[in-house]
Amino acid sequence: MKRWKLFLPLTFFLTFCVLLYVGLFMENKSELPSMLLDKPLPEFSLKKLKQPQEAVTEGDLKGEVLMLNVWGSWCPACKVEHPYLMKLAREGINIVGVNYKDEREGALQWLDRLEDPYLFNIVDEDGRLGLDLGVYGAPETFLVDKKGVIRYKHIGIIDDRVWKEDLKPRYDALQKELVK
Amino acid sequence: MTLRYVKSASVYMLVVFTAVLLVSLSARAGVIENYQFDSPEQQEQFFRLNEELRCPQCQNQSIADSNAPIAQDLRREVHRMIVEEKADDDTVIQFMLDRYGDFVLYKPRMDARTIALWFGPLILLLLGVFILFRILKQHRPETKDQDLNEQDRAELDKILGGKDK
Repeated sequence: MKRWKLFLPLTFFLTFCVLLYVGLFMENKSELPSMLLDKPLPEFSLKKLKQPQEAVTEGDLKGEVLMLNVWGSWCPACKVEHPYLMKLAREGINIVGVNYKDEREGALQWLDRLEDPYLFNIVDEDGRLGLDLGVYGAPETFLVDKKGVIRYKHIGIIDDRVWKEDLKPRYDALQKELVK
Repeated sequence: MTLRYVKSASVYMLVVFTAVLLVSLSARAGVIENYQFDSPEQQEQFFRLNEELRCPQCQNQSIADSNAPIAQDLRREVHRMIVEEKADDDTVIQFMLDRYGDFVLYKPRMDARTIALWFGPLILLLLGVFILFRILKQHRPETKDQDLNEQDRAELDKILGGKDK
């Protein structure tokens, strides 16, 4: 047997160790990649939360870069996120809410008590819009460009780090895009 | 008298335990919901799809097993598609894939990214068998009579032949 063959088992073993080591830190992600990236917003026609007589469709979300924030008054993490959304709203960031599987009363009270960072809220009572958006919890936030195309999705709370590292650079870049 | 009482009590307990055990075995953990179907085939399709689709939130349950809100929504959607749209399996699965990605499938599809997953084990097995045979071949005791030249062989045949006859 040639001498180099003696090192084969060791090489295999070390390769395996490296793979497992890398896997150890990869597997912890509970976030799923969104299938809707670079796709237009799904079609919908739903009511506004504060103006229930007004209907919103996906067409109403075109024209400006915005963040589509999926939330519910039943969602504790949304409460954690809320003050930061208020801060962003005061800085002039466009935030549209999707009030996901919530009760109208609870949602209105929430906005009353905690202040309202949203331009308006889309009422998704049975979660059908959420389903079309691939939402499986709250909060989730989509970055939507001027053409109404989903360009990025963040799962979980938006805080200072998430905003500065993930969302703001993308939001600003989308803002500079020209609509033909 | 007392002894007999104790005995019958323990028999009674045994019966009760067995009954409870049987009931709990037959009860399916999971979800109780009321769905109407037009046909038994639709119902069968519904349950089959629910077993195949993975709950996006709970990560290790099918939507049939999970009580998470999203699993309820997905079940409702599967039901709606089957009953209202008369959708076939592929349509429903594609619908879920478009929204939640490969994650919703318990059985991954075969494509460029999953090819290693499907064939990796087979290739490793074949490699192992190959190496095993190589090693076995190397260690096999020498049986050929390589040392004998023509003359030796003739002589040997003569000796053996003579003995045989």
